[in-house]
Amino acid sequence: MKTFLRLVGLTRPFAWWMALAALIGFATIGSGIGLLMASAWLITTAALIPQLSALQAGITGVRIFGISRGVIRYAERLISHNTTFRILTRLRVWFYDAVEPLAPARLAAYKSADLLKRIVDDIQSLENIYARVISPPVTAALVTLLMWFVVGHWSTAAAEGVLASQLIAGIAVPMLSARIAKGTARGISGLQAEQQLLAVDLVEGMGELRVFGMVGDYTERLREAESKKLALQKKASLIEGLHESLTGIAMNGALIWILYSMLPMVSTGALNAITLASVVFGVMASFEAFLPLTGSVQNIEADVRAGERLFEIIDAKPEVIAPEKPEPFPKSTTIEVRNLSFTYPGSNRPALDGVSFSVPQGSRTAIVGPSGAGKSTISSLMVRFWNPSQGDISIGGQNIDRLDPEELRRNIAVVSQRTYLFGQSIRENLLLAAPDATDKQLRNALSMAGLDTLQSRLDDWAGQHGMNLSGGERQRLAIARMILQDAPVILLDEATANLDAVTEEALLDTLERTSVGRTVMAITHRLHHMERYDDIVVLYEGKVIEQGRHEALLQLDGFYAGMWRLQHGEG
Amino acid sequence: MNIDRNLMRLLSEQKRPFILSGLSGAIGALMLVAQAWVLSGIVETVFRHAPAWQAILPLVGLFALFSTLRVLFNWAGHHEAKKGTLAIRKTLTERLSGTVAALGPSYTRSAQSGRIVTTLLKGVESVDAWFSQYIPQLFLSLIIPVVILVAIFPADWLSGLILLLTAPLIPVFMILIGKRASAATEKQWNTMSRMSGHFLDMLQGLSTLKLFAQAKTRRDGIEEASENFRHSTMQVLKIAFLSSLTLELVGTLGTAAVAVSIGLRLLSGALPFRPGLFALLLVPEFYLVLRQLGTKFHAGMEGVTASKEMHEILDRTASIPEEGSRDLTADEASTLPIVIAGVGYRFPGSDKPALDGVSLTIEPGTVTALTGPSGAGKSTLLNLLLRFIEPADGTIALGSRKAREFSLDSWYRQIAWVPQHPFLFNATIRENLLMARRDATQDEIDKALKQAGLLDLVRSLPEGLETIIGEQGARLSGGEAQRLSLARAFLKDAPVLLLDEPTSHTDPILEAQLRKAMAVLMRGRTVVMIAHRLESIRNADRIVVLDRGRLVQSGTHDELMSDAGFYRQAIFSSMEEAAA
Repeated sequence: MKTFLRLVGLTRPFAWWMALAALIGFATIGSGIGLLMASAWLITTAALIPQLSALQAGITGVRIFGISRGVIRYAERLISHNTTFRILTRLRVWFYDAVEPLAPARLAAYKSADLLKRIVDDIQSLENIYARVISPPVTAALVTLLMWFVVGHWSTAAAEGVLASQLIAGIAVPMLSARIAKGTARGISGLQAEQQLLAVDLVEGMGELRVFGMVGDYTERLREAESKKLALQKKASLIEGLHESLTGIAMNGALIWILYSMLPMVSTGALNAITLASVVFGVMASFEAFLPLTGSVQNIEADVRAGERLFEIIDAKPEVIAPEKPEPFPKSTTIEVRNLSFTYPGSNRPALDGVSFSVPQGSRTAIVGPSGAGKSTISSLMVRFWNPSQGDISIGGQNIDRLDPEELRRNIAVVSQRTYLFGQSIRENLLLAAPDATDKQLRNALSMAGLDTLQSRLDDWAGQHGMNLSGGERQRLAIARMILQDAPVILLDEATANLDAVTEEALLDTLERTSVGRTVMAITHRLHHMERYDDIVVLYEGKVIEQGRHEALLQLDGFYAGMWRLQHGEG
Repeated sequence: MNIDRNLMRLLSEQKRPFILSGLSGAIGALMLVAQAWVLSGIVETVFRHAPAWQAILPLVGLFALFSTLRVLFNWAGHHEAKKGTLAIRKTLTERLSGTVAALGPSYTRSAQSGRIVTTLLKGVESVDAWFSQYIPQLFLSLIIPVVILVAIFPADWLSGLILLLTAPLIPVFMILIGKRASAATEKQWNTMSRMSGHFLDMLQGLSTLKLFAQAKTRRDGIEEASENFRHSTMQVLKIAFLSSLTLELVGTLGTAAVAVSIGLRLLSGALPFRPGLFALLLVPEFYLVLRQLGTKFHAGMEGVTASKEMHEILDRTASIPEEGSRDLTADEASTLPIVIAGVGYRFPGSDKPALDGVSLTIEPGTVTALTGPSGAGKSTLLNLLLRFIEPADGTIALGSRKAREFSLDSWYRQIAWVPQHPFLFNATIRENLLMARRDATQDEIDKALKQAGLLDLVRSLPEGLETIIGEQGARLSGGEAQRLSLARAFLKDAPVLLLDEPTSHTDPILEAQLRKAMAVLMRGRTVVMIAHRLESIRNADRIVVLDRGRLVQSGTHDELMSDAGFYRQAIFSSMEEAAA
């Protein structure tokens, strides 16, 4: 219930639009009621009072209601769809706003595209919350009220009966079907998630499954999940049918009750037979408002489930909170890392364990070590994606947690192993680094990064995740961004790790040229041109085990020398 | 119109529920007519005689009966159609997953895996509406109008005539407007998927946005894209809604025409009251069912699109190679040589062969190292031995029997495989290991982990062996995944080992451990490995040098070094160089 109210709360800015749409929805059904009442009146009048003039009112009524129903329905559909899309926009922006401070620390578990896709689907499915969940009950309540007055005008007893059967159709039946259906939507969505995992495993792990003789196992599990899901969907459809049938029966009950309570009035002459016919038909038409309630019942559980998943994500506390009064970014860019420790949540192995070193302004320091040694953790802490559990990092004597995180990041250019490119033009991907850059500056940066070929293709689509570009081109694009960002500190995090030897060589040269005079931290596990660095920090299992220049480390004949030999074929 | 041949074929496999659904719909239509007839009777009686309640009680009872029956038969009709639909969905899931499984890794790797998964799950769900809504509505829109016309003509032929004349207007309008609307709708769907793609893109790239301190400014971009989408969608919807408005007005005007004509004839006494009322009660139902066909038509559209995607997979069944039924025993696998004779392979869509006339005999219990530049065909050869693909020319045999004579299951029982990028399943570490041997004991698991150099890591995890890995859980690094794959190979303990040697040269301590572990693993087995390390190549019993799909040299390290061939010149020196 709490989740539901929170979801409804999100749609609040559109309360007036929603009210308008619900009112027009009510007017649509009202016209339907009017149409049937007028038709009944027309015919019965024609039968009883054979005069053309007497029919005039009825004929007009039929025309007005007939046309107005169509036109009002048209307006209702436009307004409600428009509102739905507005709500969807709002949900997207709301989610983005809420999730932005959490990235990436609190989203580590949602790294994979599949999981993110599910979040996007969840948001998409919530668009129904207005049109399918909130609006139908409102319309039904208004129609109930209307019929109370219409029928009550002639007979309170009849009106009570109609009210009773409408309360049954509007409250008792939905509650009953919600009760029987309890857990169905949740079960279906659980099974869908299970199937998704199984299908990904089946498709992507096909090779292993074959060799282990487990393909049959997985297809069988997939099939089983499908059967269970289908059984639940069958149940849902049965309940839907039951709901509709019960609504139909409630309607018939209302009709019989009207005849029962109003017929004596016709016999005694207290009521005109024409009126009775009109009332009967009007009540019949009014039940149209109760049919969409099936959808409300069916959607509410799924929506609440989607809402829960979203709230679960965004209710996390952000890892990093900007200081209220941030200090200005210091002039000096000497980096000092003191006694830095960090353990990822859910692990009991520290990723960093009391690491200290310093990078003087304008110097180049390499951080090396095997994978899993904690190298990349340093870069995450450096740009304040995480906070250290102990120790600190300072720039120019200023602890980085006193700086505005955005200011800090603007002053650190990061080139990482996997460059994320957005599915937009190359220009837009470059402008990220320098929103005000001119095309000339962009072309210049591309040329410096060795991408002259792209200079004339600024408007080309980079492709989904930059798939239209080769690995080397993407890394070069990242370097072009770095050049555009023009930051005093450069952080290279395995910038060339995914490339072949020839491309890597060329890129290292480019990086060397473009980073002259800046404070450079280069994280790598491949030992290339190590003599170019002023200092090398060797990390192993979260600790600094060796430190010094390349020749000195080789002479030491320790871990670094071992790595060097291993990579240079002397092992 | 919206009749997809593949979907029709599926429909014909589930005739029973759909016929029952049609029958229920027909009975429901009869009940509708009966209900209207009784109701008109009640109203007439009330008018003429203003009777006591008891007098019309039997009629009211009949009315209740017919309307209840109508409700029940409609329900049954929907339910039967749903039942049939679910049966079809079940068959589809089975066939699709079966086909994907039979097509095997060579297919799943060549196609976009995300797309296969989507077709497998969402595709099947989206045919639902076509079967459970569109088809039953199609039946109803054939049955109900006919039943109503048959009922109305004897009662009031003029009303019947009006219906008969106006009815064709609805499909004509539907087709006229529908054509334009559906083209626009399709375009709109593309915009929509691009829109949600954009949002997904922003979420995935959030870290990048933050690195450039652009996360907040992009928020407006999301809003703008979303609003643009709303505007363009509303344009399309305006057309679509206008079309339903038109159809509704046709229905309303038709009803009004009938109502007025009945009214006038009642006035003049040309028509008795009851048949007039009866006709009028049925007229709205007549138009309603036709109009609903339009709505359901759109609901079913998605299914037709999905059907194309699904049959793109199902139609590949023909390309699945036959497998034999002979059981390969461990004894045969460890004593017979693997004979590769004149094997060639070409990737679909490529004009250059990946392998070309490769002949090679691999003696049992020996280590064969495959080497050569990238694209030489090393992986293709390994995939052929794994029977992920079938040779286009030549044969692969075990002793004197062709590989394809053996069943795939028994073939794989005798093979352990350590790929370059092992796949970890969304399951616990224990389950990921047990895949290799389901009945392994705790001691055997620990031993395998120790041999692969993973025991300490697993023990350091809070949940140990029960830690969930893969997409949903803790992610292991590439090196750790490779070691897990080694541990699987230890557990499987098969006579033949196919190995794509790990390339990460980072941790000298670990490296030494792994080297020892691999030596233990290879002992006493027939090993074919794609070798990246000089040492592994040197230690192999035989080195096979491949280049552009051809076998160019083979022999021991010493033999090849004494020969001034490709090996010494290109391979050996390039390896030295790449490492430098």
